[in-house]
Amino acid sequence: MTTTNYDARVLKAPHPVPGAPDNWKRFFSFNTDAKVIGIQYIVTALFFLLVGGLLAMIMRGELITPPADLVDPTVYNGLYTMHGTVMLFLFLFPILNGLNNLLIPTMIGAPDMAFPKLNAAAFWLVPVFAVVLMGSFFVPGGPASSGWWSYPPVSIQNPLGHFFNGEMLWITAVALSGVSSIFGAINFVTTIIRMRAPGMGYFRMPIYVWTAWAAQTLQLLGLPALTGGAIMLLFDLSFGTTFFRPEGGGDPVLFQHFFWFYSHPAVYVMVLPVFGIFSELFPVYARKPLFGYKFVAIASFGITILALIVWVHHMFYTGTPMWMRNVFMLTTMLIAVPTGVKVFAWIATLWRGRLRLDTPMLFCLGGLFNFIFAGITGVMLATVPIDVHVGNTYFVVSHFHYIIFNTIAFGIFAAIYHWFPKFTGRMYYEGLGKIHFALTFIGATLNWLPLHWAGLLGMPRRVASYDPEFAIWNVIASIGAFMLGVASIPFILNMVSSWARGPKAPPNPWRAIGLEWLLPSPPPAENFEDDIPTVINEPYGYGLGKPLVEDEEYYIRRAQEA
Amino acid sequence: MTPVTPKQPETPKQPGPNLKAIAIISIAVGIDIFLSVLIAQWSYSWLPIQASSAAPYVDDLFSLETGIGAFIFLGCTGVMAWVVLFNRASKYDERDGEPIEGNIKLEITWTILPLLVVFAIGIYSINVNQTLQTLGPKQKYQLGTDPTAGLPADPTSSVGPIDVISRQWSWEFVYPDGVRSSELHLPVGERVNFRLISEDVLHSFYVPAFRLKQDIIPGSVISYSLTPIREGRYRLRDAMFSGAYFSNNQTDVIVESSESYSDWLNRMEREPLHPGLDPGREIYERRLAKGNKGWATVPPAPAPMVNDPGDPTAPHEA
Repeated sequence: MTTTNYDARVLKAPHPVPGAPDNWKRFFSFNTDAKVIGIQYIVTALFFLLVGGLLAMIMRGELITPPADLVDPTVYNGLYTMHGTVMLFLFLFPILNGLNNLLIPTMIGAPDMAFPKLNAAAFWLVPVFAVVLMGSFFVPGGPASSGWWSYPPVSIQNPLGHFFNGEMLWITAVALSGVSSIFGAINFVTTIIRMRAPGMGYFRMPIYVWTAWAAQTLQLLGLPALTGGAIMLLFDLSFGTTFFRPEGGGDPVLFQHFFWFYSHPAVYVMVLPVFGIFSELFPVYARKPLFGYKFVAIASFGITILALIVWVHHMFYTGTPMWMRNVFMLTTMLIAVPTGVKVFAWIATLWRGRLRLDTPMLFCLGGLFNFIFAGITGVMLATVPIDVHVGNTYFVVSHFHYIIFNTIAFGIFAAIYHWFPKFTGRMYYEGLGKIHFALTFIGATLNWLPLHWAGLLGMPRRVASYDPEFAIWNVIASIGAFMLGVASIPFILNMVSSWARGPKAPPNPWRAIGLEWLLPSPPPAENFEDDIPTVINEPYGYGLGKPLVEDEEYYIRRAQEA
Repeated sequence: MTPVTPKQPETPKQPGPNLKAIAIISIAVGIDIFLSVLIAQWSYSWLPIQASSAAPYVDDLFSLETGIGAFIFLGCTGVMAWVVLFNRASKYDERDGEPIEGNIKLEITWTILPLLVVFAIGIYSINVNQTLQTLGPKQKYQLGTDPTAGLPADPTSSVGPIDVISRQWSWEFVYPDGVRSSELHLPVGERVNFRLISEDVLHSFYVPAFRLKQDIIPGSVISYSLTPIREGRYRLRDAMFSGAYFSNNQTDVIVESSESYSDWLNRMEREPLHPGLDPGREIYERRLAKGNKGWATVPPAPAPMVNDPGDPTAPHEA
């Protein structure tokens, strides 16, 4: 070892030591520090964003012309199945859990998560099921190819009859992902309820913590249904049971109930934290308090409750009786109310602010713009007669990509840029960030806006080939998709070079209000350690001149001196 | 707040309402309404030809929601654009904005108003559902037995029941007098009843020009009725993923006058059975010829034996 500045004990420490050499090794170990785990999650997830994006670009290459000429239709089916699965289970869930790990303890002033070992176990399940899922590309017959819904009977047809087949590995991977998510959810909910700083009552918690809490509660309530359904599906596939097989009197539609009982709320699990990110960032970059803090906080749980009673809107044309369709149409439309409360609150927060258009703010504004659009197409899809026409067409594909990429991924990028200085101790390059935003916004718009019209005209989703009248929309979409691929270059450049040699970050580069900004950048292993500040005011006190914590000057000075 | 800079003159407190603000807001709302109405009208052209009695209802509802949606979208993003253009801080301006923490009246308004709007849309949609009444009874049966035994005929339909048999990957239509066809012929202006049947996996009966879609569920037979209102040739697409050659599982619906419909039935009764449309077959054969590369699939079901194999090259209107 050539460095002499550091004591050997420091180098072996199981937590980050700012500036210490060799401490990258901790990212490859069973480390129990939430901040290490957070970065492990985020980096793993971003790697799989590239994998999922690559699958998507092959798909868009196939779809740039009407016939199935680039890959065999069976390969296309495998690609779209794996694209969805990778993006949900290996990009979105892990990256949001990564943000939770970084943000929840620091925002509530806790030293770490409630169950650090469980936390590390939850993360290390991710590479395990990633290997299982990626391995399915190499088994005879190829990976699962019945979509991320995996609806029986097509998902349990098992054409080659092998015991180890793509579908079997897919179910195993999804079940392991569920276990990991449950581990995470128990941890996040417990940490939020039990480990807040003194004085931080529920109505003094940052909105990100509220939304993470609401989202993780949904995980705990919904996941058992999916896991149960997945186990029954595995038994039907591998052991000859007939839960969903019509030959033995089973009902394929039953699986759809198990699946959507969780998988619709899953969308809210992903979007709620992004609502949290918007609620954190708009006040910082508009220099104003969050408008209607309490309404925004409570609306999160309004969404949680409604999310559990809307799943049948995925089954408006499966033979669901009329009264049931009407009930679920109304519950689905009701979600527009709490989400509307949030959207209007964000816009009111911006109103007459003093906006700074840094990269995080650009991603937030772009994300909000797209989310308003997606909310409107969402109400259309909730309307039974419209859904009967556009359901299972590219209209749905466009709608949910407007949510899942154009809103959720935008929010995630905003969060990565915004908290990058805090957790790496380095500033990112603003110019590269802006190029990343411009390419992402234009690419995403070209990709998914035109496809709405393909769907309205009746182009079904999941097709490897299509009638020539849909070609124009698909050509524009493919150009947009390739542009999104290009957008990853400035992002990767920025992240890697900034982390390696970006300018050193001060504790609070954005002049933001929040406990995490009272910590040094990057924060020490146990955050505030024994000296946890006492919260005396609501968050987002921009322009109010009220301190967030007792003795705020002391904490600011301490962070600067560290 | 930091002291006011000289650039921003103090606006004198006006007695009574701020007429200038009211005027600006009224003009903005007026423009928003005008544009929304235009977009709502325009939205009809985004949809295919209206070929069933359901289509005008669906399109009206879609146009209404497009109008309301456009109003909200333009309103919200208009404010965002305004803020981005006119409320930006200059480079060294580190002041905070006006610390407005909320406004209970406003917050209650924007909770209640959307609630009323979605309820109104919901009730309107329920009425449309009530009018269309496309979905009849759904009945389970043991695979291998006659699916249609015991399914009551739809008393409101004058044509049918026509059995719609979906397979991996072909369509077959069986008429009450025994005619079998690969394309669906229907008389215009009459309510038709179908019995939707699948013996393998889920499929979906979807005709965009009809604005109607119904999943077909193996182990269940579903009674489904609709009324075509315009003559023409329209695409019928499988809309529920059904395996390898799902995208090819399409055929045409031919809506024709009552005379040509009965004429067609009479001609087809005398035609012998031959293999019908089997759109997945050709690609599957090509795949086998290349050594069965690609990922695993079940082989296509044998082509249905039909009186009218149809014409896959005929151009469709929607």
